[in-house]
Amino acid sequence: MWISKVTIAQPINGVLRRFPAGTIYIVSALYACWEFWRALNQLGPYLVEPINVLERAYGEIALILMVAGLTVTPLRKWTGLNLLKFRRAIGVSAFFFVLAHFLVFAILDVQSLGRVWEEIVKRPYVTVGMASFVMLIPLAMTSNNLSLRKMGAASWRKLHKLTYPAAVLGALHYLWLAKGFQIEPLIYLIVVLALVGARYVSLERKQQPISG
Amino acid sequence: GAIGLAGGAAAQGNLEPNTLEEITSYNNYYEFGTGKNDPAQNAHRLVTSPWSIKVDGMVDNPGDYALDDLLAGLSVEDRLYRFRCVEAWSMVVPWNGIELADILDRVGVQSRAKYVAFETVVQPENMIGVQRRVLDFPYVEGLRLDEAMHPLTIMATGIYDEPLYNQSGAPIRLVVPWKYGFKSIKSIVRITLTDREPPTSWNKANAREYGFYSNVNPNVDHPRWSQATERRIGGGLFAPRQDTLMFNGYPEVAPLYAGQDLSVDI
Repeated sequence: MWISKVTIAQPINGVLRRFPAGTIYIVSALYACWEFWRALNQLGPYLVEPINVLERAYGEIALILMVAGLTVTPLRKWTGLNLLKFRRAIGVSAFFFVLAHFLVFAILDVQSLGRVWEEIVKRPYVTVGMASFVMLIPLAMTSNNLSLRKMGAASWRKLHKLTYPAAVLGALHYLWLAKGFQIEPLIYLIVVLALVGARYVSLERKQQPISG
Repeated sequence: GAIGLAGGAAAQGNLEPNTLEEITSYNNYYEFGTGKNDPAQNAHRLVTSPWSIKVDGMVDNPGDYALDDLLAGLSVEDRLYRFRCVEAWSMVVPWNGIELADILDRVGVQSRAKYVAFETVVQPENMIGVQRRVLDFPYVEGLRLDEAMHPLTIMATGIYDEPLYNQSGAPIRLVVPWKYGFKSIKSIVRITLTDREPPTSWNKANAREYGFYSNVNPNVDHPRWSQATERRIGGGLFAPRQDTLMFNGYPEVAPLYAGQDLSVDI
């Protein structure tokens, strides 16, 4: 039996409509606190070495949220599922997890401002991660309606294309710190490249003049 | 040996060992996965009995030795050693083990031999990391003969007077306390005496990052991170970093490298 994408997507969209976008912030903040609390009390995976595990937990959830943010548009296009109203909250939450990841790295792990700078300059995988973080700062700062109005939709949209290189660099950062051949960071990078790449492909198609 | 005890005793002075739980639940044993907790989760599948070690190459008495036969009559000593991972974390481990020199004397090292090569068991059906080809398995490591014969170098069979847990490299593993942890190869099934520097797994995977010697050296950074400091496992979320010591605090091995530039021979 053939079911149109609208029949599946519509009831889900109906349910989603009842949740305000702010739900994402609440869940994100609760999750961040939960992980910190477990690290503090050295529970579960935090039993022996909580610093590195917390650093990785925040980094990975940031990457997951960036991927989630990038899937909103293709999901709507291909399945009719509409998560558009959550996208800003997903993106801003991703930024806060990157910030938390950086703070754990700087304060709990490296423990010295001078050495944080040294790491950023000397270690390419840190440089790349830092570049991703820096790109996300203006995006987080302009993720509000006032900025959108002030900047105008066109230039706001242009600025927010920084999401793409930020996500790619974030995934590269993860792959670069792995030792040996590891499948998980590779999957993240492939997914991010596919999601970003798909945009350029569809963009090119749109821009191509129609020829015989 | 006497020197080993002296060196060991001096280094043991103010060391507080990590708990058995810490030592056995934060491991790198890539045959069982790359997560620090993976070996503790997965290594129960390792089959360690019966166990034999193939001894070959430039030795007077080559052969397949049952583990008990190879070690029979040799003295098991307690050695409280610092353990410094190349990833810049560290532990203190109360090993029980036999000096490698005693084992090598038993099999009769020929005068042409210059190096000792080691190999870890491969049980693909029991090892998720082998199935995923994280590294080019079997895991192989090696020492120069003078390093191997040094009294600090032991073959550990236990921790806290308990047989080694599988994730710690049961039933027998190398421990070279002045080198990064990955040199201390686990679950050994083969020892080969050779006159050529043997290949080593991490060097094969990334020669720029992992040299043959891999002595703990705070002055030579890993290309991706600093080796100047380390974090002692077990200090919780606010554990301070501490300075890494040259040769991991075992300066008595320095004469082994007289005349070598350790920023080149990494």
